[in-house]
Amino acid sequence: MIRRLTLLIALLAALACAGAARAVTPDEMLKDPALEARARHLSSQLRCLVCQNQSIDDSAAPLAHDLRVLVRQRIKAGDTDGQVIDFLVARYGEFVLLKPRFELHTLLLWGLPPAALLAGFAALFLLARKRRKPTAEPALTADEQRRLSTLVEPQAD
Amino acid sequence: MIAELGHYALVLALALALVQSIAPVVGAQTRDAALMRLANSTALMQFGFVALSFAALTACYVTSDFSVATVFENSHSQMPLVYKFTSVWGNHEGSMLLWVLILSLFGGLVALFGGNLPATLKAYVLAVQSWIAAAFYLFILLTSNPFLRLQPAPLEGRDLNPILQDIGLAVHPPLLYLGYVGFSIAFSFAIAALIEGRIDAAWARWVRPWTLAAWMCLTLGIAMGSYWAYYELGWGGFWFWDPVENASLMPWLAGTALLHSAVVMEKRNALKIWTILLAVLTFSLSLIGTFLVRSGVLTSVHTFASDPTRGVFILAILVLFIGGGLALFAWRGPLLKQGGLFAPVSREGALVFNNLFLTTACLTVFVGTLYPLALEAITGEKISVGAPFFNLTFGPLFVPLMFAMPFGPLLAWKRGDLPGVAQRLMAAFGLGIVAAAITFAVAGEGSIWAPFGIGLALFVMAGAVTDLVERTGLFRAPLATVRLRAAGLPRSAWGTAVAHFGIAMTLLGIVFVSNWAGERIVALKPGEGVSLAGYDLTFNRMERRGGPNYREIAAEFTVRKGGVPIGTMAPSKRDFASRDTSTTEAALMTRGFSQLYLSLGDTEPDGSVAIRLYYKPMVLLIWLGPVVMMLGGALSLSDRRLRVGAPKPAKSALQPAE
Repeated sequence: MIRRLTLLIALLAALACAGAARAVTPDEMLKDPALEARARHLSSQLRCLVCQNQSIDDSAAPLAHDLRVLVRQRIKAGDTDGQVIDFLVARYGEFVLLKPRFELHTLLLWGLPPAALLAGFAALFLLARKRRKPTAEPALTADEQRRLSTLVEPQAD
Repeated sequence: MIAELGHYALVLALALALVQSIAPVVGAQTRDAALMRLANSTALMQFGFVALSFAALTACYVTSDFSVATVFENSHSQMPLVYKFTSVWGNHEGSMLLWVLILSLFGGLVALFGGNLPATLKAYVLAVQSWIAAAFYLFILLTSNPFLRLQPAPLEGRDLNPILQDIGLAVHPPLLYLGYVGFSIAFSFAIAALIEGRIDAAWARWVRPWTLAAWMCLTLGIAMGSYWAYYELGWGGFWFWDPVENASLMPWLAGTALLHSAVVMEKRNALKIWTILLAVLTFSLSLIGTFLVRSGVLTSVHTFASDPTRGVFILAILVLFIGGGLALFAWRGPLLKQGGLFAPVSREGALVFNNLFLTTACLTVFVGTLYPLALEAITGEKISVGAPFFNLTFGPLFVPLMFAMPFGPLLAWKRGDLPGVAQRLMAAFGLGIVAAAITFAVAGEGSIWAPFGIGLALFVMAGAVTDLVERTGLFRAPLATVRLRAAGLPRSAWGTAVAHFGIAMTLLGIVFVSNWAGERIVALKPGEGVSLAGYDLTFNRMERRGGPNYREIAAEFTVRKGGVPIGTMAPSKRDFASRDTSTTEAALMTRGFSQLYLSLGDTEPDGSVAIRLYYKPMVLLIWLGPVVMMLGGALSLSDRRLRVGAPKPAKSALQPAE
């Protein structure tokens, strides 16, 4: 029953996200265009917690509205971008960040792509070196040399 | 009755698939030509029965037979006819039936047009194809049967999800599936080659047209989905790095790499093992994509765990085919002989470079998409990986790839002359620099990436043109010679240049939109106006209108440029009573390659209505690029050597399978 209920809540929340074009509303916006631009940029980096992969800037969910207002309140209070993010992470956990921080538990996430690229280059380099070495074909045996000369000579005339 | 017929046809297809899974393999092992030929008939009959099954389901939808459970859940008697058709695959069960329909279609095509394949290779290919088919028929019959009946039958259906009632989304899944499933042919060929332990340049020539066709469909399918999201979701984004999108991007990246490495294999008999691995991986990623989208694992690990039948079944299929494929590769791969040496600076080298960056880009998307799921499953920690992550990691990988793109086709096989190629690209490079400088001068401050992106895109475009100029000798040779050379140029060379031009168009569109898009979010009352990017919009009035299965409120705007009216825009909000949901229908006005984008928000208590107005410069290039890429693919596909097929070795028909 409880599982049903949570599922229902999740569903309702997801529905709230879907209704678009209601994301940032005119009354939320800050008067100062520079501050508003900062707010918009920050909003695009923050996840709407009840949606699937939507930033609070894009989401129409009531929670996203609350978070947008919160971000703007912090900015008006004079917080730097970093302070706003720290504030939200302290409140909602790292789940709120669309770009995870580089930490021990995200090591693979950040590290794997560059590591794979480097490994690819290294493998190619080693392969090329291995290839180059045995290019010197083993010398022909005396017998092969004789057969070759019989094959080649008639054409030389 | 019709539903039962469809159900029964699917069971028969399964039976045929089981026969086809075993008989050709036995035939190939014992060199029994009759057993091997059997696969041709079963493959065609399989397609016939699946098509019958699909037709039966379609009939249930078109006649609104709500006694069938999926029809009841996803259709409505008042829905326009076209959406009755498209809602067949607008749900899990139907889309899986479409999946196997396309799978059996490809199997049938191989049976029909694979006449010049060596008999054993063809037998193995059709058998592997049938293993996949059998697994998915079972999946549908056991966990996702679209033909289940309801007793008593409801009078009215629940309607299709309103955001799916759109022609863009109607065409999107079939194209995407043609791509996903088309890669199964490359997979089957790879597995067959591994079983036989023998592979040569002819193999690549057989595989390339299938891969190319699949890639074309996937390219167009992804672009279509992106355009749909752009106009339907209401905030004008074109790519969201959503896991569902990533699921289609991964096979595309791997498939693009496969296309390029297959060229090396065909022309130079090199990169065999790598090409086989890519073929296995590309289809594996298609399967993973299907799993991600269909199992519900994306919503949350917990949703997946609460109703695991379907997910676990697909996961089992996944493990079986990916695990089996890779294990076979590890076992038999080393048997394949490497051939065709080449210097690092050569056409081959450039294609290896392409492969390295494409596969790394693919890995980046893969890790970013699955990492949160894995982390939550293992440690219970929840993190989000979204657009900012992908933009930061994926973008830098595409820059060197794009930069190297013009060099590749100009380099010679085996050993290339990099300074010589650089010299020939001087004009293209110059154009790029000039474009970047102009951009910098005009745009002034702002992101340094904008001039860089513009320069890069124009360099790639000019590079593609340079390639053709060089090959035809334009500006150097007399015009008659040029015409002769252009006619003699293989279509695949044209295809390469066109496709490369296409991706540069997409890049150009993305750079423009991300740097110079304009946005206004305001609340307006009738009579008031808003201006953006030289366009003045006046809000005329609100209007209530009725549709076949919805009611909508539309706002009418007059658009003026320099005081002269150039048209009206009428964005609307639709309410679908049957589902108690609403959708936003944005209004678009196209000006050249740019668009004005207007969408409606809530009505405020004081009678004003919130609107979002965007100016999206050059935005259409983003989707025209893939169309051009697809045309490039089509040109390449029409190349004579692919049409004629690979020459048949004298006694290939009954060579021992080693």
